[in-house]
Amino acid sequence: MADNGNRRPDPDKGGSFKDLFAPVAGFGVTFATMFRKVQTEEYPEQKRPTQLRFHGRHQLNRHPDGLEKCVGCELCAWACPADAILVEGANNDDAAGERFSPGERYGRVYQINYLRCIFCGLCIEACPTRALTMTNEYELADDNRADLIFTKDQLLAPVLSGMLPAPHPMVEGMDERDYYLGKVTGATPAQQEWVERHDGDTTVDEPDTLPVEHQEAGQHAGEGRP
Amino acid sequence: MSGSTTTQNDAFGASTPGDAPEDTPVINAVGGDWDSVTDEATALHEERIVVNMGPQHPSTHGVLRLILELDGETVTEARAGIGYLHTGIEKNMEFRTWTQGVTFCTRMDYVMPLFNEAAYCLAVEKVLGITDQIPERANVIRVMMMELNRITSHLVALATGGMEMGATTVMTIGFRERERILRIFEMVTGLRMNNSYIRPGGVAQDIPAGCIDAIREMMPLLRKGIGELEALLNENPILKGRTVDVGYLDLTGCIALGVTGPVLRSTGYPHDLRKSEPYCGYETYDFDVPTADTCDAYGRLRIRLDEMYQSMRIVEQAVQRLDDTPGPVMVADKKIAWPAQLAVGSDGQGNSLDHIREIMGESMESLIHHFKLVTEGFRVPPGQAYAAVESPKGELGCHVVSTGGTRPYRAHFRDPSFNNLQAVAAMSEGGAVADVIVAVASIDPVMGGVDR
Ligand code: SF4
Ligand code: SF4
Repeated sequence: MADNGNRRPDPDKGGSFKDLFAPVAGFGVTFATMFRKVQTEEYPEQKRPTQLRFHGRHQLNRHPDGLEKCVGCELCAWACPADAILVEGANNDDAAGERFSPGERYGRVYQINYLRCIFCGLCIEACPTRALTMTNEYELADDNRADLIFTKDQLLAPVLSGMLPAPHPMVEGMDERDYYLGKVTGATPAQQEWVERHDGDTTVDEPDTLPVEHQEAGQHAGEGRP
Repeated sequence: MSGSTTTQNDAFGASTPGDAPEDTPVINAVGGDWDSVTDEATALHEERIVVNMGPQHPSTHGVLRLILELDGETVTEARAGIGYLHTGIEKNMEFRTWTQGVTFCTRMDYVMPLFNEAAYCLAVEKVLGITDQIPERANVIRVMMMELNRITSHLVALATGGMEMGATTVMTIGFRERERILRIFEMVTGLRMNNSYIRPGGVAQDIPAGCIDAIREMMPLLRKGIGELEALLNENPILKGRTVDVGYLDLTGCIALGVTGPVLRSTGYPHDLRKSEPYCGYETYDFDVPTADTCDAYGRLRIRLDEMYQSMRIVEQAVQRLDDTPGPVMVADKKIAWPAQLAVGSDGQGNSLDHIREIMGESMESLIHHFKLVTEGFRVPPGQAYAAVESPKGELGCHVVSTGGTRPYRAHFRDPSFNNLQAVAAMSEGGAVADVIVAVASIDPVMGGVDR
C-alpha cells in the first residue's frame, strides 16, 4: 500500500505497542464516545440555524417606499429548470390608481409551485431587480398539493417601517431608473397622503389569490425556446 | 392464510422464454410464516433455487435487484437487475439550456453531486473551446469542493457498507463526519446536496467570507473522526473475516469489465485520471494514489480510507491557494458567463444591489446580455466532446453533442457505478450469499448514477 508521512494524523505515535492493540482499537473509540457530547440534533425542538446562503422559501421584495420590485419580466420563470414559476405581468396604470411597481409593468400573478421547485436558485440568479430572493425558511412540508402552490400574497415581503403597501404612485420627481440607482429611501408624505385618500376605495384589480391552473401546455415546458 | 403459494406461473420472474423449463415451480414468499415457505421448498427436493434479493432490501445499497441462483449457501450465478431508479435525466437535459443542465445532472449520483457537475461542465467547456479561459480561482474552488465531496462519498461508502455488515457504529461515525463537510457545502453553495454550484465557465459564486477559516477549523476534527473509523475498521478481526479475499477481482477482470476507481486500484494498478489525464489543474497538487494488491473488499476499504487522507492533503493545498489568489470565478466572455452576482442581505439571497444598479440603471448592454443568457442561454458551436473526471467511484465521463443550439443535442454520462456493477457476477459467483453483500458494498454503486 502506498504510504507517506501525511497519511496518519501522527504516524510515529504508538509504534508497535499500538499495532499490538490494533484489533481491539475499536473498543477504545466506543469507550471514548461515551464521554462525548451527543451529536444528534433535537429537531424540531431545537432548530439549528442554516448557513446564510441556504436556499429556502422565496420572497418577493419591495422597494424602500413599499412599491414591489417585481416588474413581471418572467426571467425567473425562464430560468427555472423545473418550470415551477408562473408569472403574469400587467401594466401599471397611474390614472386608475393601479401602480404596484416603478416603471411600466408589474407582476400581477406570481406563483411558485413548491411541489416542483428543486431549490436550485437559478430564479434568484436570473431576477434582474432583486425582486426575488431566497430566505432561510425551510419548513415547507404540507399534506396537500394545493397549499404548496404559493401565491403572490404569500410570497410578498412584509411591509416594513417607512414603506407603504402598493398600490401607490412613485416618489415624486423620481423615475424608474432612480429606484434601481438606490435614490429612493422611503415613502414620502405625498405618497402617504395618496394612500390615505384612496384607502379602501381603490378600484384595484386584486391579484389572484387562487392558484391558477399551472403549466398550461407549452407555457414553460421548454417549447418555443430557441 | 398461507403465506406462500407454489405455482407454475411466475408473476415476478424473468420472462425470457426458455430461461427456465416450463414446469419450474415458483414459490412466492409474501408474508406469513417463513417455516411454511421453507417446508414447501424442501418438499420439492429441488437443489437449484433462484432468489430475488432486492430491489427493496436493506443491504443491497439502494434499489438494486440481485438475482441469485443458489446451491445451498453458495451462489452459483449472480445477476444485477437495474432500472428501478431511472429518472430520465439525460433525456431531460436535451430540453434545457446548457446552464440548466447542471441542476439536472447533479442529481444523478446524489452522493457525489459536484463530480457530476464537474464532468458535465468540463465537457461543455471543451466543446466551447474555453477550457483554458477558466479562471484559476474557479479551478481551485472546483478542486477543493470535489475533494471534500470525495471524502463525503467515501464516508457514505464505508458507513453504508458497515451498516450492511451489521456495524452500526461505523455508520453513525461515517455520517457524523460527513455532516461537517455538508455544512461547508451549505455555506458555499446554499445546499447540502445537489448543489448546482459548478457551472459552465466557472462556479456559481465565490466562496463566502469565513469559509476558509471554517474549513481550516473543520479539518483536524475530520481527521480525528476518520482516524476513529480506521481504529474501528483496519485491524478489526470480524471485519477482516468478512472482507479479506471476498469479492475478488483481479486486474484482468477489471480491465475486461471496464472497472475503474478503488476496485481497479485494489489490484495494484495506480490508475487515477487526476494523474494520467489531469483536469482543473490537478497536476499542480501534491498527492499520492493509494493502491492495494489484495484485489479484495478489504483492500478497497483501505484504499478509501487512504484516499480520504489524500483528499485532505489536496484540500489543504487548495485552501492555501484560495487564500493567496483572489480573482474572478467565471469566464470573462460575457456571451457565456452566467450573469448572476449574488449577495446575501436582510431580505435573503438574491442579485446584489450593485449588479441591479449596473444592469437596470446604467448599462443597457449588460441588461441585454442578462436577458439573452437567461431566456435562451448561450450557443455552443456544433461538435462533441468527452470529458472525464476521477470520481470517488471511478471514471465519470460526460459526452456532450451540440448541433450549435442553446441546448445539448445529447448529454451522455459514463457513470462508474454502472460499469462497475457488472463486476458483481464475477465477484460473487462461487461465494456465499453473505459475501454478495460485501462484494456489492465494496463496489459502492449508487443507483441514482447507475440508472440516471
Ligand atoms: S429555486 Fe430553482 S426550481 Fe425553484 S423556482 Fe427557483 S429556479 Fe425554479
Ligand atoms: S421576480 Fe424578478 S425575474 Fe421574476 S418576473 Fe419579477 S422581476 Fe422578473
